[in-house]
Amino acid sequence: MRNNYQSRKALSRGDLLLGLVGIYLIYLLYASGFFTAEAWADFNRRFYQNFVKDRRYMMLVDGLKATIFMTSGATLIGLIVGLILSVIRVAHKGGAKIPVLNWLAESYITVLRGTPAMVQLLIWNFTIFASARDLNTQYIAILAFGLNSGAYIAEIFRGGIEAIDPGQMEAARSLGLSYGTSMKRVVLPQALRNIIPMLFNEFIALLKETSVAGYIGIDDLTRAGQNIQALTLEHSQPLVMVAIIYLVIVMLLTKFVSKLEQWLSRGRRR
Amino acid sequence: MAVIEIKDLHKTFTLTDGRKLHVLNGITTEINKGEKIAVIGPSGSGKSTFLRCLNRMEEPTSGSINFNGEDITSNNCDINKVRRKMGMVFQHFNLFPHLTVRKNLTLAPVDLKIMTQEAADERAKILLERVGLADKIDEWPERLSGGQKQRVAIARAMAMNPDVLLFDEPTSALDPEMIGEVLDVMKELADSGMTMYLVTHEMGFAHKIADKILFIDKGVISEQGTPDEVFDHPKQPRTIEFLSKVLRH
Repeated sequence: MRNNYQSRKALSRGDLLLGLVGIYLIYLLYASGFFTAEAWADFNRRFYQNFVKDRRYMMLVDGLKATIFMTSGATLIGLIVGLILSVIRVAHKGGAKIPVLNWLAESYITVLRGTPAMVQLLIWNFTIFASARDLNTQYIAILAFGLNSGAYIAEIFRGGIEAIDPGQMEAARSLGLSYGTSMKRVVLPQALRNIIPMLFNEFIALLKETSVAGYIGIDDLTRAGQNIQALTLEHSQPLVMVAIIYLVIVMLLTKFVSKLEQWLSRGRRR
Repeated sequence: MAVIEIKDLHKTFTLTDGRKLHVLNGITTEINKGEKIAVIGPSGSGKSTFLRCLNRMEEPTSGSINFNGEDITSNNCDINKVRRKMGMVFQHFNLFPHLTVRKNLTLAPVDLKIMTQEAADERAKILLERVGLADKIDEWPERLSGGQKQRVAIARAMAMNPDVLLFDEPTSALDPEMIGEVLDVMKELADSGMTMYLVTHEMGFAHKIADKILFIDKGVISEQGTPDEVFDHPKQPRTIEFLSKVLRH
């Protein structure tokens, strides 16, 4: 009851704020003469210049393709790296004698999480692969973002596994199941319920993070907006459009994750 | 014949600041087939650690544990094989919440290829019947009361057909009104000839079912004997003090 009341109140306060901001923006537009016929015609003309003429919208479409390609590839690498790292760390904690491997995994996670993804991207491109000029830079970006994401995904896996009551592992072991089987049949199925939504959140974060790929010359969605800018010398519309595209995708994915979370937790109470 | 023989068992924990905590300081005892031994003692005395060393949930620091004639503390012992024959019941039940009651009971026997799923299902039915929960076979653990959960946990421990059952304070996490139903199940197991080690605070129950009482204090067995000897005629001052505190109410 009480929670319900609080959340409703919080929601209405948020609505109010949004409404005020909206009214203020409309006022700004009005004050700048936006609602005059000339301004409207100008807006439409610029919109045509930016997105329609010479099929310039295709630049955004191709940019979006590059963004999604990089994000997906990086997530895939991140999953593999994260899985390996978390297996090392969890097994080490579970008593496996792998101090060197564990130290390497820990160092990897510390360094890759402790430095900006963009700096890592630049290092991969301009230092490590500096002489490999015929390599598609998108693959370098996938590698850089994937290895970076792997450090975060490793912590997602580890956190999800460690959140499971140690009594679960004990009970499975007490029945004579091996460590691996206990992990596979008892701990992981429970941990995955927490892990899966967090992986989608990581995908969402990565989608936005790849917007710096333009720094190594990849025409991703963000860079496509800038490219249109360069052609039309138009300062606002292309980037606002880029922002809207990101926002719509992120909102759709967020909606999907919250639905997924509901579905997973409903499964628990079957 | 001794099912488990424990000789000079020591367990030392190393704390994070490097200090050593001596929890078990040389325990020597044995349990025979069909015997029921209740382990009592103040909290922090090491009684749970002692029990958890028996199937190496805790690794003993030194000493030996012989189970059916095999030294299970030796390096070439397959502890997973040993544990199949030592059921364990936990204070917090530790049922697998993502599996139905049936799967909780059949996971280990089927996964270890000891039984087919059908045979394990059949055995699960019989065991649940025995603990009075036959109708809950397809229920999810979350929908059971604490007492029902612990009865399922006992049935799960029995599913591997163990030679001995270890109970680690099986009623300590239960609401008072649910303790009885779990003790009834344990009494029935005891009467059927099961070999049992029981760490408990239920003095009345220990008195009723145990053949032998071990009083553990500061990591050693400071007094042992039949329930009559330990409960009614304790000799050690520490035992007398402990019993006067727990039995006063």
